[in-house]
Amino acid sequence: MDELLEILRSLHPDVDFAESDRLVDDKILDSFDIVTIVAEIYDVFGVAVPAEEIVPANFNSAEALYALVERLEDE
Amino acid sequence: MQQTNVLEYLEQTVGRVPDKTAFADDTEAMTFAQVYRDSRAIGSALARRGLEREPVVVFMPKHPRTVTAFFGCVYGGSHYVPIDEEMPRFRIELILENLRARMMICHSESDRQLARDFGFDGEIALYEQLAAEPEDEALLAQIRDRQLDTDPIYVVFTSGSTGIPKGVAACHRSVIDYIENLSQVLGFDENTRFANQTPLYFDACLKELYPTLKFGATTYLVPKQLFMFPVKLVEYLNEHRINTICWVVSALTTISALRTFEKVKPQYLHTVAFGSEVFPIRQFDLWRQALPQARFINLYGPTEATGMCCYYEVDRPFALDEVMPIGRPFHNTEILLLGQDDKPVAPGQVGEICVRGTSLTLGYYRDFARTGEAFVQNPLNDRYPELIYRTGDLARRNERGELVFVSRKDHQIKHMGHRIELGEIEVNVDLLEPIRASCCIYDKQKGKIILYYEGDMTAAELVSALKQRLPRYMLPNLVLPLERMPLTANGKLDRTALQRMYEDGKE
Repeated sequence: MDELLEILRSLHPDVDFAESDRLVDDKILDSFDIVTIVAEIYDVFGVAVPAEEIVPANFNSAEALYALVERLEDE
Repeated sequence: MQQTNVLEYLEQTVGRVPDKTAFADDTEAMTFAQVYRDSRAIGSALARRGLEREPVVVFMPKHPRTVTAFFGCVYGGSHYVPIDEEMPRFRIELILENLRARMMICHSESDRQLARDFGFDGEIALYEQLAAEPEDEALLAQIRDRQLDTDPIYVVFTSGSTGIPKGVAACHRSVIDYIENLSQVLGFDENTRFANQTPLYFDACLKELYPTLKFGATTYLVPKQLFMFPVKLVEYLNEHRINTICWVVSALTTISALRTFEKVKPQYLHTVAFGSEVFPIRQFDLWRQALPQARFINLYGPTEATGMCCYYEVDRPFALDEVMPIGRPFHNTEILLLGQDDKPVAPGQVGEICVRGTSLTLGYYRDFARTGEAFVQNPLNDRYPELIYRTGDLARRNERGELVFVSRKDHQIKHMGHRIELGEIEVNVDLLEPIRASCCIYDKQKGKIILYYEGDMTAAELVSALKQRLPRYMLPNLVLPLERMPLTANGKLDRTALQRMYEDGKE
């Protein structure tokens, strides 16, 4: 989880990612961030996020994103 | 008679296909008849207020009514100036200061309140309110009679290295020249179904708005959020049977890089135009494989030359390390490649792209000094006055005679399709009291803006402060504090050293 938070914080140092669960709804993330996050998740965790998993529910919070990474790691 | 007004596009189309959808988004679809009715009512309302040849601010979200408000301004003999709630307050205030407009059109009561908070002291009217005023046919006819094709129709603001945005004003004539030539190259017709991606507050949206009027085509305004979720985006294109897109490269590469085509492909797309950035060939190949039948056209052009002025239709495969050409100018535009001596460069040599022709805009709004620096007498012509626009972009001609973009002369970058002066970011950082020095560099490969700074502020505090001043697309993607900024021998910030430092840190 810490590694994931680090990825997110480097994109938006002013956002409290541990707390927020409206990253998409509140327009904190944009398309540049999504592409960067997916690329960094691949670099750090070695998992490729398939296109159909790139949906608001998976990116609204660090927690949801981490759950996605764990799920993809298990597959 | 020769066309001298962009509204003639609408007037010729509305009789033919009044009930066809012209502009639509998720919430509303407006037919040509509705666009015609509302824009004439708004034009009459503006004309009654005596706003001919004056700027009218359109402070509205991306919506079919916003487009209609633009045409309303033109009916009133005014020029529309789109601003958007995505712009930070500080920037909007700078723009309003430059314009000294007396009139603003808003979408909602809350936007009206917001506009008051910006310190705007002119009249602020709601769209609904103006559209409900009666049309005055005689008044509109008088305005039309006085309108010249050299009168401005819009002002859009672009990044300025001094921190003050520059308002580029364009007239009927250059827009008509652009729309005619673009339409011919891209082959638009009445069956064209556009999905608009670019914000309405830049000239990029000309590509959809005016051809829609000209041909009686249809434009869908795609919600911005969809560009984050590529599968949904492609499903949207299919649902609305979109066959033509003119998008910035980064919107296209987001789709291909996230491997969307493994899941879903656009079914109706036959024309894909793109521009504002270099298309990485690896990503382009994914598009070509997904849509083997489609036409792909690379467009190039500065806002100052009305939208786009060069095109290249992809006619051959490219190696991964090749750069796709920007091709050749549109009909009625010439590109000069000038060397440092202001003479045309020898074949194959790099020179500055200078634009000659009707496509030149009028210049920067209320800024004769900066206009005079970029719009200059053609140095190859010592016989009569003739302006060219110096883009600051460097290019060369390849062995096929095609233009190929090489780099910038200065610190302007293209980031996510937006034109940004790194200097503008630095000026705004330096304005923060705890900051002693700052410098931005651009990681072209990753498409990241990196800000180095020296001062008593955390990166988080700095970003929060910057958000008040800069639009989101100008915010640095990586903010790094330094004990001491590297300086050159004569005491200037050493950009090259920072670049090296950054490259070393990446490994």
